[in-house]
Amino acid sequence: MGKRITIDPITRIEGHLRIDCEVNNGKVSKAWASGQMWRGVEQILLGHDARDAWAITQRICGVCTTVHAITSVRAVENALQMEVPLNAQYIRNMIITAHAIHDHIVHFYHLSALDWVDVTSALKGDPAKTAQLAGGLSSWSGNSRQEFTKVKERLGNFVGTGQLGIFTNGYWGHPAMKLSPEVNLLAVTHYLQALEVQRYANKIVSILGSKTPHIQNMAVRDVSNPISLNSQSVLTIERLLAIKEWIDKLDDFVKNVYLVDIAAVGAFYADWTTVGAGVMDYLSVPDLPLDTKGTKFALPGGYVKGGDLAGVKPIKSFNDAYFRDGVQESVKHSWYKGGKGPLHPYKGETIPKYTDFQDDGKYSWVKSPTFYSRPAQVGPLSRVLAMAAQNHAPTLKYLTGVLDTAGSLAKTKIPLAAVHSTIGRHAARAVSCAVQVDELAHQWQLLIDNIGKGDTATFNKPVFPKGEVSGVGFHEAPRGVLSHWVVLDDGKITNYQCVVPTTWNAAPRNEGDVPGPYESSLLNTPVADPERPLEVLRTVHSFDPCLACAVHVLDAEGKPVVQVKAL
Amino acid sequence: MRIVVLGVGNILLSDEGVGVRVIEKLQQDFDLPPDVEVIDGGTSGMEMLEDLSCADHIVIIDAVRSGSPPATIVKLTNEQVPVFFRTKLSPHQIGLSDVLATLELIGEQPGGVTVIGIEPVSLETGMALSPQVQTQLPKLVESVVEELRLLGIVVNCIVPEVA
Repeated sequence: MGKRITIDPITRIEGHLRIDCEVNNGKVSKAWASGQMWRGVEQILLGHDARDAWAITQRICGVCTTVHAITSVRAVENALQMEVPLNAQYIRNMIITAHAIHDHIVHFYHLSALDWVDVTSALKGDPAKTAQLAGGLSSWSGNSRQEFTKVKERLGNFVGTGQLGIFTNGYWGHPAMKLSPEVNLLAVTHYLQALEVQRYANKIVSILGSKTPHIQNMAVRDVSNPISLNSQSVLTIERLLAIKEWIDKLDDFVKNVYLVDIAAVGAFYADWTTVGAGVMDYLSVPDLPLDTKGTKFALPGGYVKGGDLAGVKPIKSFNDAYFRDGVQESVKHSWYKGGKGPLHPYKGETIPKYTDFQDDGKYSWVKSPTFYSRPAQVGPLSRVLAMAAQNHAPTLKYLTGVLDTAGSLAKTKIPLAAVHSTIGRHAARAVSCAVQVDELAHQWQLLIDNIGKGDTATFNKPVFPKGEVSGVGFHEAPRGVLSHWVVLDDGKITNYQCVVPTTWNAAPRNEGDVPGPYESSLLNTPVADPERPLEVLRTVHSFDPCLACAVHVLDAEGKPVVQVKAL
Repeated sequence: MRIVVLGVGNILLSDEGVGVRVIEKLQQDFDLPPDVEVIDGGTSGMEMLEDLSCADHIVIIDAVRSGSPPATIVKLTNEQVPVFFRTKLSPHQIGLSDVLATLELIGEQPGGVTVIGIEPVSLETGMALSPQVQTQLPKLVESVVEELRLLGIVVNCIVPEVA
C-alpha cells in the first residue's frame, strides 16, 4: 500500500459552521452565520422510552456529551414533576462543574489562545525576562526561569524537526498578533501546563460519571452511583478524597494562571474591548440545584436586557414560567418547512426544506431562537452578568479582580462595560471558571456532609403516568443555556426539541429579519488581510462555537476572495 | 504492554458510528485481557488524552473514506496514518488527529497506530448501520481481533455462534 490515501474521518462534531462576511473599507459590513449540517437528531427520539433519551442525546455532539445527558434527564423529571435525591443533585453538580472547568480551560488554552498568541514568536522570548514578568503577576510555581527555559528548548526541538505538528497553520506573524516574545513564551508555557491540569477535571468527571467521554451513570430521577464507605466498586471515601486533591490543583491553576492570563491578554489587546459586542440581551439560567425540587440554586441566572444589569429579571426554578413561556424558534431563514411563524419548542417542527444559500432567504440548518421575540446571547458572559447583577459575591470578586489586573497592566482604568466585547467573552469565561472551581469544592463538601448524616440514597423509583405530559429541562452549560423540551405520551416520546447554546448564538436572522449574536457581533470587525481573516475567527471563537468553522469572505461586490476551512 | 482499541464516530449518523458498534461487539462477545483497553470514543477530543497517553499501540476503528467501493475494509499502519487527517486552516478545533498531535508534542505518543476502517455507505440521521456495513460488521470485528493477534494478544470469543 505505497500509494497515498486521503483519510477523511467525516463529521466529528455537531455540524459545520459557515460564516460569510462582506468587508468594506477594512471592516465587516454584513455577516451571515450558517450551520451546514441538518440537526435532525430529535427525529430519532420519537417513539423511544423517555428513560433512554439521555443516552441518545448525549451523542448529539462530541464536545458537550455530559451536558445533554444532564439536561435530558431534567426534562423528563420536569415532565413528571419528580424530585431528585440530594446526593444525586450534589453528584450531578460536581459532574457539571468539573466538566465546565475542563471545557473552559481547554477552550481558552487549546482552542482559542492561539488566535492571540504567536507560537513562533515565543521562540525568541528570553526566559529570564519572562520569569521576571510572570513573577510580578502571580505566585504560580510553574512560572520559573527554569520552566520557561525548558519549554523554549522543547518548543525549539519540536519546531526544529521541520513540522509544527499541532501548531500547523496558525496565523503566525499576522499583523494582528501583538504580544511580545516574552508574553508569548509565557502563554505557550501555560498552554502546555494546561494540558496537564485539564486531566484532573476530566478524571473527576470520569470517576463520578463512571466513564468519559460518555457518562454512564445518569438515570431519570437519580444518578446510579451507589455510595458506600467500604466497597471498592462504588463511590468510596478514598475516591472522594482523591477528587478533593484534584480540585485543589484545579483551584491553583485557575486562580493563579487562567485569571491572570486573561487579564494580561485583555490588557495587551485593549482595542478588542470595543469590538464584537453584538446582541446585548443576555440570557442565562440558574444551576447547581441545592434541593430535591430544583427551587434553590448555588448559581443564579436570569435575563439582562440591553446590558442593563439593574433591570435583571431572575429565573428562579425548574418550573419557572417566565423562562418556559419566553422561548420560540423561527425557521424563516432556516432550511425547514415553515409558514407557521415562530413556534414554542413543545410545538416545534423539524421538517427539512433545503434551498440554496439565499442571502435574504433561507441559508442555515440552525433555527433562530428568540426570548420574548428578541435574539439573545448565551454563554459565560451572559451568566457572569446575571450573577453580578444579582450580587453573587464570588462572581463580583473575580470579575473585579480581572478588570483591576488588566487595568494595572494597561495603565488605565477598565470599566465593567468593557466586557461587552470579544475579549470580554473570554474574560467572563475565566471568571465563570473560577466560580465553578469554588462551587465544585462546595458541592464536594455538601456531599461529604450529607453522607456524614447517614444519607446514602442516590436512587428513587420513577413512576410514569398514563396520558400526555410535557416538560423542559434546562442547564447552564459551558457554552450557555441548554434546554431540552419533551412531550410524552404513556412514557413514550412524541416530541423532542433541543435548543442548544450554539443555536442561540449562531442563529440566522429571525422572523423579523434581525441578525443573531454571531452575525451582529461581527459587524465593524476590522479585517487587516481578507486572505487571512484572523479577526473574524477571534470574534467567532470567543463564543466557543460548538461547530467546526468555515469562513467565507466576500469583497464588496460579493465576489469570493478566499474560501477557507477551519477544522 | 498497553493496547488501546478505540472506536470513534457518531452513532446517530448511521455508518459514521461503525467504530463504536465494533467496540460494543468486542465488549459483548469477547474475553479481553487486562492489557487491552477498549474505548468508545464517540465524537470526543481532548477527553481522550489521558486514555491514549503512552499506549504501546492504538488501534483506531472508524468510517474511512478511501475512495474504495462501499463497505470495503481498509487497514492503515504507522506512517500511512498521517497525524493530520486533513488540511487545516487553524489549530483550533480539536478532534482525534489533534489529540494524537498533542500526545506527540508532550512526548506521550503511542508506540504504533493502526487504523482499521470501512468505507461508509450512508451517513444519514439514524441509529442503524446501512445493510452493507452491517453485513461486514463481523468481518470488521475479526480484522481487529487479527490485528491484536499480530500485536501478540489473543482474545477469545465467548459467544459461540459469532465465532
